Amino acid sequence: MGPVDYIPRIRDNYARLGYKAYNWVTNHDTGPWAPLRKPLSQCRLGLAASGGVYLSGQVAFHHKDDISLREIPTDVDTKELRATHFAYDLSNARTDPNVVFPIDTLRRLVREGILGGLAARFHTFMGGIYSSRRVTEDLAPRLTARFLEDGVDAVLLVPV
Amino acid sequence: MTSARDITRAVNPPRAAFLDFPLGHTTGKPHAPDLQRRILVEALSSFETMTAPGSMRELPFRWSEDEEWKAKAFAGGDERTPRHDTPQYQDEEDRRRAEKEGYPSCPVCRP
Repeated sequence: MGPVDYIPRIRDNYARLGYKAYNWVTNHDTGPWAPLRKPLSQCRLGLAASGGVYLSGQVAFHHKDDISLREIPTDVDTKELRATHFAYDLSNARTDPNVVFPIDTLRRLVREGILGGLAARFHTFMGGIYSSRRVTEDLAPRLTARFLEDGVDAVLLVPV
Repeated sequence: MTSARDITRAVNPPRAAFLDFPLGHTTGKPHAPDLQRRILVEALSSFETMTAPGSMRELPFRWSEDEEWKAKAFAGGDERTPRHDTPQYQDEEDRRRAEKEGYPSCPVCRP
């Protein structure tokens, strides 16, 4: 069976519920190409994940177009990670955050020498933000500024 | 990375790796560290092997043999929870810890 086509399924669902059709982002041009300048084994990797992961002690995300970011230190104890989101089944993310925030996996790849290293912090937010304008004009530039501060060579984006 | 191929095609990032798993598992199955590792090694290798902007790599992993989950995705109507504008803690202990550290209970409720 081929991949699920989410756009028509969600469109039909909205129509059934009497909601206004969602205006999906469609970019006809891809973003600028930035070639990797050195092997991965020498790169410092950053990560942004939209699965609603936060650290116990931080304020949790709220579910109404929350465009705030959380900083997760990459030496975090995985047991202290939590997940909140209005739009996906959290049961697996709550017992093993690595399914949406691959912290243990990436630390292992550094130990194995496949990656050069990790940024000192990763960045999380809660996806399903209805306003693409707020993402483009506010959230994305703040994320970009943080990655520049973090001095990363490449960034892995993990949406849900 | 992505588990929603059509949405990512529409967004059109310079590089993408598609994992055909149910939403909520973009980087693997729970408590399967070796599978999670193989998925990320495959995905990250795209940094070194992709040469054309707009490329999407289909990762060679399947969630299950029968793929029954695909019929169910979004088929049961709206299963999302309401969009509250107050922090939605996983458990009450998290709320106590956050408020103890001096965070307001609702940072966005203020003008």
